[in-house]
Amino acid sequence: MEWGFNADAPIYSQLIDQIKQGIIAGAFPPGERLPSVREMATEAGVNPNTMQRALAELERDGLVYSQRTAGRYVTEDQTMIESVKKTLAETQVQAFLDAMSRLGFKKGEILELVRRDTAREED
Amino acid sequence: MAILECRDLSKRFGNTPALNGINLSVEPGRIVGLLGPNGSGKTTLIKLANGLLTPSEGQILIDGAAPGKQTRSEVSYLPDRTCLPTWMTAARLLDFYGDFYADFRRDAAEQMLEHLNIPQKQTIKQMSKGTREKVQLILVMSRAARLYLLDEPIGGVDPATRDYILNTIISNYNPDAAVVISTHLISDVEKVLDDVIFINQGQVALQSSVDQIREEKGMSVDALFREVFKC
Repeated sequence: MEWGFNADAPIYSQLIDQIKQGIIAGAFPPGERLPSVREMATEAGVNPNTMQRALAELERDGLVYSQRTAGRYVTEDQTMIESVKKTLAETQVQAFLDAMSRLGFKKGEILELVRRDTAREED
Repeated sequence: MAILECRDLSKRFGNTPALNGINLSVEPGRIVGLLGPNGSGKTTLIKLANGLLTPSEGQILIDGAAPGKQTRSEVSYLPDRTCLPTWMTAARLLDFYGDFYADFRRDAAEQMLEHLNIPQKQTIKQMSKGTREKVQLILVMSRAARLYLLDEPIGGVDPATRDYILNTIISNYNPDAAVVISTHLISDVEKVLDDVIFINQGQVALQSSVDQIREEKGMSVDALFREVFKC
């Protein structure tokens, strides 16, 4: 999995988003065991305590769970994964709409552009 | 208990103050960046922690004790310049370190030399400046110490090696040990750090966690550093 970080948001919250994306996209499949904190921290190139904090937060949300000795697993609850996917999608759409409105586009124009673009892809 | 603690620590060289009333503590399990412009006192602080300098006033404590013979067995120090005997081969240096330090993990050192394609038969004299720095860092990181004091560990090496070094620091992470990294290459180390200490003109200007800075200021530590120390 590719990890990347921007300059202004806290690193742990960026980790949370990227692990969520990994779960949705199948890099961390439902029911599968996650690598250890140290392995994940090394792979992402981040501080192990920061990775630990991100995983603890995901655990509080129920997206991952701990088995006392066996490590952390991804939830098997598909409904929960779907709802996280939907939330992330809404965030993306909102960011896109904000960027377009900064360029001066009205809602109708944006819709028209998107429609034209998706139609072209389908040809 | 804090693994490194400074209490009203001051150091003067003649009339020139280098450190002025430093109070700070570093807990085990933390990776801390000691950040400041050139001449701010970073190296002086690290040398004091190693007992290479003695305080003019105040105290510096390693695991509760003043720097000395005992603390040297717990502290692994990377100096700001390489000081390896140039006639030795890498293999010979591993023997040397193994003799000196009971906590030296030779297998870890050999593995890192191999990863970085440094032949054990090569003498230090035959190595480039960057390779010497890598060897020195390998020796330092191969000890199972309680406190690692790394003075500019990534300054002289290429970005790929920089990543390797930072990854070595992460994969060697030990909740009972602390790592203090002095550097001004902040954007490279930022993700690896728990906390940062900004030091300016011999005084602590800021001590905070990386994510606290990002959360409260909405900017990276690198950006904050540039703002605080704007010339």
